[in-house]
Amino acid sequence: MDWALLLDKTILIVIIFAVSLGIAAYSTYGERKIAAFLQDRLGPDRAGPFGLLQPIADGVKMFTKEEIIPNASDKFLFIVGPCIFMMTALMTSAIIPWGKSFNFGGHEFGLQVADLNVGLLYLFAVVSIGGYGIMIGGWASNNKFALLGALRAASQMISYELAMGMSIVALLLINNSLSLREIVDGQAGDGNVWNVVRQPIGFLIFLICAFAECNRAPFDLPESESELIGGYHTEFSSMKLGLFLFAEYINMFISSAIIASLYFGGYHFPGIDSLDLPQNIAAIVSIAVLFAKILFFIFFFMWVRWTLPRFRYDQLMNLGWKILIPLSIVNVLVTGAWITFFK
Amino acid sequence: MHGLLSLNNLNTPNTKTESTMQLTNRSKVVVKHDLNWLEKLYLPAIFSGLAITIKHLFKKSATVRYPEEKREIASVYRGQHVLKRDDKGRENCTACGLCAVACPAEAISIEAAERKKGEENLYREEKYAAKYEINMLRCIYCGLCEDACPKDAIYLSDRIVPTAFTRGNFIYGKDILVEGIDASGRVDVSKRKKNYEMEGSPKQPLINK
Repeated sequence: MDWALLLDKTILIVIIFAVSLGIAAYSTYGERKIAAFLQDRLGPDRAGPFGLLQPIADGVKMFTKEEIIPNASDKFLFIVGPCIFMMTALMTSAIIPWGKSFNFGGHEFGLQVADLNVGLLYLFAVVSIGGYGIMIGGWASNNKFALLGALRAASQMISYELAMGMSIVALLLINNSLSLREIVDGQAGDGNVWNVVRQPIGFLIFLICAFAECNRAPFDLPESESELIGGYHTEFSSMKLGLFLFAEYINMFISSAIIASLYFGGYHFPGIDSLDLPQNIAAIVSIAVLFAKILFFIFFFMWVRWTLPRFRYDQLMNLGWKILIPLSIVNVLVTGAWITFFK
Repeated sequence: MHGLLSLNNLNTPNTKTESTMQLTNRSKVVVKHDLNWLEKLYLPAIFSGLAITIKHLFKKSATVRYPEEKREIASVYRGQHVLKRDDKGRENCTACGLCAVACPAEAISIEAAERKKGEENLYREEKYAAKYEINMLRCIYCGLCEDACPKDAIYLSDRIVPTAFTRGNFIYGKDILVEGIDASGRVDVSKRKKNYEMEGSPKQPLINK
């Protein structure tokens, strides 16, 4: 066992966890602020300057609230549900390349926890386990609304994962790799462009499916406050509710990171190599570039939420099965034909 | 179908809508048509929607951050009541109860008492209000108590009634309602005074009109 490697990875994992949780916490603040600004309001501004301490206040509130486990619920599964959801949300961050590697006096410090050669398959595997978190949580509540919400969430995730997978297949045909780092590096350098240029339709499908996978508006009907009074987390209280809500924001952060990595060049930007920066500076710049892209997409997620109304359930299924899946299959065929005949 | 959707549909002059009185010229003819293929994609509509919401990001917010920032209110605003004193610091109110009778919300309750010897510097006339309570949750701030008062004693001021945690705290007694004796405690209600109440003009109590 290489102790240096173990130490490296441990440090990196701790940092990524902290950053994921921090970004998720401030996404809740950001969401409320952006919602307010888009509606000509001010948003939370009482806790600290500009309300910056609001996430901490919310966290304290969540932790100190009464913890209710319904009598009729399956207690073990009731607790496991939010844990699985949170765990899978955090697990996906393992394969994302966060930047170029640092070099501390000859010691290479890579910014990716695991460069799996089947990175994207791992991603899909973990994301589909996340569906179980919602399903188990909703079912264990022994509540009709929660069960309906969980059913909606599960069927929505299954429907949209198909189209998402197909849009990724087209991406693989171009990049010849399942490893996220290779896909990111394949978008930089001479003659290479961002995948969004090479795969515009695929990007659109992936983006729509990412919204659905994150249960974000306009695909938030598993939660839909108005008709399902919260959906799968109706019965949850205190920090277990907090875990569900929090994991959703982590999912959003990770989805943004994956969209940025797969389609927008990850930590590269055009002309990054011509600057000829020293390695450590280049690493910092690459991290900043990736996070700028991620923050833009998080903003985009929120922007869309406060623009579009929620789908009806049949519209959701129509869009998934009758439009996105055929479209993504055509996209794969066209991409394959293009590679076969023109490359 | 067309006629039902439009208020002034010119294409169908014989429908009932033609005779409908037109209040404004802002009504639009709504024609329902099948979506063409571009509209069926929904993407142009989504992008125009996004453009509309992003415009609001740069607009000034309508919020007034209340305790720090106060909205400009009319000079004759009808807010928290004040029980006035005269120039010598004596309470004007004689507990006649006309305000309580006039009050449509029945928010005012008064208990009268007789002025004792040695209290001449406290109360202007022989009778005064030992208890004067206004329930701020019942009050509708109509100002009829002020109109009913023949003694120039009660006025509504431009102060906003603050919030409280219990209902009981909204029942204001004399300790809150009566203005202070010294200059700093006085509440300016000159804006609420009617013309005939102003200095120099003869006093005409409303009750005699």
